[in-house]
Amino acid sequence: MDDLPVTDALTDDIDDLRRDMLAFARLQISDEHLAEDAVQEALEGALRNASSFSRKATLKTWVFSILRFKIADILRGRYREPVREACKDCAGDTDSYFDDSGHWQAGVTPRAWGRTDHLVADRQFWRVFDACLEALPPEQARVFMMREFIELDSREICEALELSTSNLHVLLHRARLRLRECLSASWFNEESER
Amino acid sequence: MMSCEEATRLMSEQQERPLKLREKAGLTMHTAICSGCREFGRQMHTLRDLIRRDYSATNDSDSELSDSDKK
Repeated sequence: MDDLPVTDALTDDIDDLRRDMLAFARLQISDEHLAEDAVQEALEGALRNASSFSRKATLKTWVFSILRFKIADILRGRYREPVREACKDCAGDTDSYFDDSGHWQAGVTPRAWGRTDHLVADRQFWRVFDACLEALPPEQARVFMMREFIELDSREICEALELSTSNLHVLLHRARLRLRECLSASWFNEESER
Repeated sequence: MMSCEEATRLMSEQQERPLKLREKAGLTMHTAICSGCREFGRQMHTLRDLIRRDYSATNDSDSELSDSDKK
């Protein structure tokens, strides 16, 4: 492989990619071996055809889409992983967003994000997005990713996590409130000040 | 009039299940006068749209991308 000067750089990239994939998989599958298997299979499948992908960004997204299907398979199968005390502190969890009468607190009232079409291709935006997702309480991040990234429906998520529909809805509501707030603070406000 | 907490809860659940007529009516009345909740609703659609396009866009256009990259 001496004739390939990019080998070291490529290996570093793949190590980075593997790390990101494992972080993504672990959020949904806490069984370490299953998560690693899913990542390994997705990565191997992708690398077999890596020569047809000339852009790293494309490769990453492509590999993740394979991983997404692997994870969906695992979660739709016999794999069960109950969420313990998913709603332990549900009562007070939205206090930071709403006042006693249930209206937006000053300072966290949603304001327009402006144009968002271009963000799909903005890698910096997705880095901020990932950071916001990782900042969520783990069970909220997990149901949000199962719902939005893995695209399981409510029933499938409730079965995999042994969760009631109403608890799932509460968790998703919390997750969306937090994620929206984090993106507003970390990305959109910054953007409007530029 | 429903609270903003209730309105955002319904907008989140709207992405999970069809709302009942009564819920929809209450939500429409609330968002008519509450710009914060209107924005929340827009942003929920934006989030889902961005996430799903991030994946599907590259799946659909892989060959396209690699072709144009060669130029």
